[in-house]
Amino acid sequence: MKIDFTHHQSAHCENGVVSNLLKHKGHQISEPMVFGIGSGLFFVYIPFLKVNHAPVVSFRPMPGIIFKRFAKRVGIKIKRFKFRNENNAEKALEAELQRKNPVGLQVGVYHLTYFPDEYRFHFNAHNLVVYGKEEDTYLISDPVMETTTILTKKELNRVRFAKGAMAPKGHMYYPVEFPEELKLESAIKKGIKTVCRDMLAPVPYVGVRGMRTIAKLIRKWPKKKGIKVANHYLGQLVRMQEEIGTGGGGFRFIYGAFLQEAAVILNNPKLKELSLEITDIGDSWRDFAVNASRIYKNRSSELDAYNKVADQLVDISNREEVFFKKLKKAI
Amino acid sequence: MKKSEVPQDKSNLESANFKELCYAVDEEGNYITENSSGWDPKTIALNNAIEEIKERVAEAKKRVLNNETSPIEYYMELHKMDLPILASYVGLWQWRVKRHFKPKVFKKLSKNLLQKYANVFDVSVEQLQDITKEI
Repeated sequence: MKIDFTHHQSAHCENGVVSNLLKHKGHQISEPMVFGIGSGLFFVYIPFLKVNHAPVVSFRPMPGIIFKRFAKRVGIKIKRFKFRNENNAEKALEAELQRKNPVGLQVGVYHLTYFPDEYRFHFNAHNLVVYGKEEDTYLISDPVMETTTILTKKELNRVRFAKGAMAPKGHMYYPVEFPEELKLESAIKKGIKTVCRDMLAPVPYVGVRGMRTIAKLIRKWPKKKGIKVANHYLGQLVRMQEEIGTGGGGFRFIYGAFLQEAAVILNNPKLKELSLEITDIGDSWRDFAVNASRIYKNRSSELDAYNKVADQLVDISNREEVFFKKLKKAI
Repeated sequence: MKKSEVPQDKSNLESANFKELCYAVDEEGNYITENSSGWDPKTIALNNAIEEIKERVAEAKKRVLNNETSPIEYYMELHKMDLPILASYVGLWQWRVKRHFKPKVFKKLSKNLLQKYANVFDVSVEQLQDITKEI
């Protein structure tokens, strides 16, 4: 049983699954459009939480929220299921496939056999699409992969019932109802407003103020924690920015692509200008990653180097503050 | 990032033979997508994290052989887990798992519990009890 499903690679799993499921139903919605309408840009530092023995900094909102906001704003209804029992989860998935309906799944990354070993961590909010089953093998469209792939029944059950933080519990979902026409204009405006509100939030752990808090901490780490731990923390920050569910730099570019599309739909040339500005800021995020990686690669112990990357982060936060204020006014 | 700047560095992605998708701008400033084979700063950060884990595993191994902790802690590190993750995989309270790190307690574990841990780590009970038998 195989559904005629077209796989499109994407930069980020959640946007990619949504975009691919919609394209399958005949709605040409790009990955950046999902990201923008779902207000995917975010920044939060969670002081009391540690992952992989380092403090948590996230460049995205909670997993699942992008999809939820997107669906609500354009008027799509989604069905979602969670399961206690592996057998029931499997039956429900198969029933949907029988109905020729590709299904989105939340899975854990650690047991995804087609990922390179080095990339397999206990992260439970990855998303993929199942679009068929042949004997005991499921046909998988994982949006971050270049091509489609497969998982055996045992492997799929294992990733669907991964344990730990944000355990997927067999979570499966698919769109069930579409409006006659997707209401993009109002959805885009709502999406932009939420991002501006969050990034400019008057809280020291969120948005541009959150970045400044982290910059302050970076200056303190080497003295307070020692060079080894400081380097580990900094490395983890770069990984959250650039690798774990992509992030900082990459997300700015996706957002830039969204603003360009939005400029055409809303007939608002100002958004195209702002797209160029966020692209520049994205480049600065990448420079930050380059300099940070230099520090822990050379196991540098100069305090000055830490101060320099912290300055860079403060500079980025200042530019983003200006950017989001302009963006708020532009719509 | 311009299309021409999309990094094509060597990375661990090569082993799985795939490239990741990036958004970048072309000469006219329009957004397009381009594949990247990897980027050094990311690779360095990842390798650093892997090194860190290897150190933790080696450290745990040493302590098991010195009878300072039980093999459970070693396998936990080997599988990149921490206490909360392991506890949820075996379905026990964290304090119980932590108690099972004590070699004395570990030696008295029931067959049932040992099997539970062995399943999570994908090893036999024999391998669980004696880490030198790990393949």
